[in-house]
Amino acid sequence: MIWDLHCHLNGIPGRTPDEKMARLIEVADRMQIERLVLFMGAPFLTAPTPEQFSEQNDQVLQAISHWHHRAFGFVYLNPEYEQESLLELDRCVKDGPMTGIKLWVAKRCDSASVDAIVRRAIELKAVIYQHTWLKSTGNLDGESTPADLHALASRHPEASIICGHTGGNWELGIRTIRDLPHVSVDLGGGDPTAGLVEMAVRELGASRVLYGSDVAGRSFASQLGKVTAAEITPEEKQMILGQNLRRLMSPILQAKGVRL
Amino acid sequence: MIIDVNVSLSRWPNRRLPLDETSKLAATLIQNGVSQAWAGTFDGLLHNDLAAANKWLVDQCRSVDEKLLLPFGAINLSLPAWEEDVRRCHEFHGMKGVRLLPGYHDYTLEDPRFRQLLSLLAEKQMLLQIAVRQEDPRTQHRLLMTKDVDLKPLLTLLSDFSNLPVILLNAVSGSAVELHGQLVAAGKVYFDIAALEGLAGLERQVQSLPFERLLFGSHSPFFAFDSAKLKLQESELPAQSTEQITHLNALKILREL
Ligand SMILES: [Zn+2]
Repeated sequence: MIWDLHCHLNGIPGRTPDEKMARLIEVADRMQIERLVLFMGAPFLTAPTPEQFSEQNDQVLQAISHWHHRAFGFVYLNPEYEQESLLELDRCVKDGPMTGIKLWVAKRCDSASVDAIVRRAIELKAVIYQHTWLKSTGNLDGESTPADLHALASRHPEASIICGHTGGNWELGIRTIRDLPHVSVDLGGGDPTAGLVEMAVRELGASRVLYGSDVAGRSFASQLGKVTAAEITPEEKQMILGQNLRRLMSPILQAKGVRL
Repeated sequence: MIIDVNVSLSRWPNRRLPLDETSKLAATLIQNGVSQAWAGTFDGLLHNDLAAANKWLVDQCRSVDEKLLLPFGAINLSLPAWEEDVRRCHEFHGMKGVRLLPGYHDYTLEDPRFRQLLSLLAEKQMLLQIAVRQEDPRTQHRLLMTKDVDLKPLLTLLSDFSNLPVILLNAVSGSAVELHGQLVAAGKVYFDIAALEGLAGLERQVQSLPFERLLFGSHSPFFAFDSAKLKLQESELPAQSTEQITHLNALKILREL
């Protein structure tokens, strides 16, 4: 069972979200990926206005509308607009089918407006995906580091938080969030560097490690290969490839009455 | 059958890798259907005594299986008497080619020594591998930062060396799609698939580069081997084209040397 935590419509050929989604599923089928989590639309917007993030979320809602048996959506928000983000969270998660939140690079996550979003996410049992990167070449202004995520997550032990890209520089990312059991790592969106999965499993335990690809910028292949080639047990691979994500989303899926 | 044109032996400078013992790497390659791998050495990145590093590489290949591992010595054009390293790779070790790691060796392809190397290789009928990158700059050690090799100067040189096979390893297409197409048109330039990304990336790649110029390369053991292998599954290609990428193109390069 493979569930992919991290997929985008951006970069997939197709005139409409439906066309892009059909292509995404076609390729996912070749890799035996059963379920996909989608967030953000096309094009990528690093600092979307409320109008823009609503439009991007509409693209995802449209894309998953015929694929509820295959795909989930996370709502894309911008903490620079706290009130509008909270309303959008309700629209897409409380009153809509989405099951989590995606925060990218609009604002570093160690800020008060993110706290408000996380508190509401906890009430809704939504999973929180926060992009993190610690770039040797320097971060964007609003780009969170694993340390920013650690500060945020420390204030919200009941939240279910995912450290995007394992912090990019994963040896540092893993060390940074190691002491917070409610924080998991996303393996996606970086080069298929050997040793990443082994270190994550050794330091965090397999239950906190999630397969994600970051298609269409990345390929399913390069990202799946990290897990399939890793020197870990078959059981640990199963957890990473799908069981862990299913477990993280099961509270909100149950609350929504979704049967798997 | 797979010929992997992009593997390296020895240790990555700042990390132990799961397959950085030659015997372990070889076992994994065999297990995955690789019948031949073109092996450079990570020692080439930072060592100055490349004669010793290349000798070690040859010994390692022989110690495991010289039919499986084909050594490609490292050449550093910034070192005094680099030509002697080329000579030894050719005459002592009988290598089919050499590998450049310009990002770690402080010269550009505009350097006159690069043209000299091309002449020397053409004369000796050896092929050239250029590692365009070894690691994403964003994850590099802060005190060991290098940029991707600028391939533009190669374009003008190729007109004089149109018969010399040049294999570009770990090249990221992204904004360089146009240049890569020009390089392929200008000479015997090949790309490996180790750094290829994108949804069904190979299907997209062949829209800009012909099948005849793509080679299977994994960048093992730095990258997980499966990443390259699964790319063949993610894209639906005609069977003949897949075979060209996995081994036929590489065999042709060796045959025509
Ligand atoms: Zn992403």
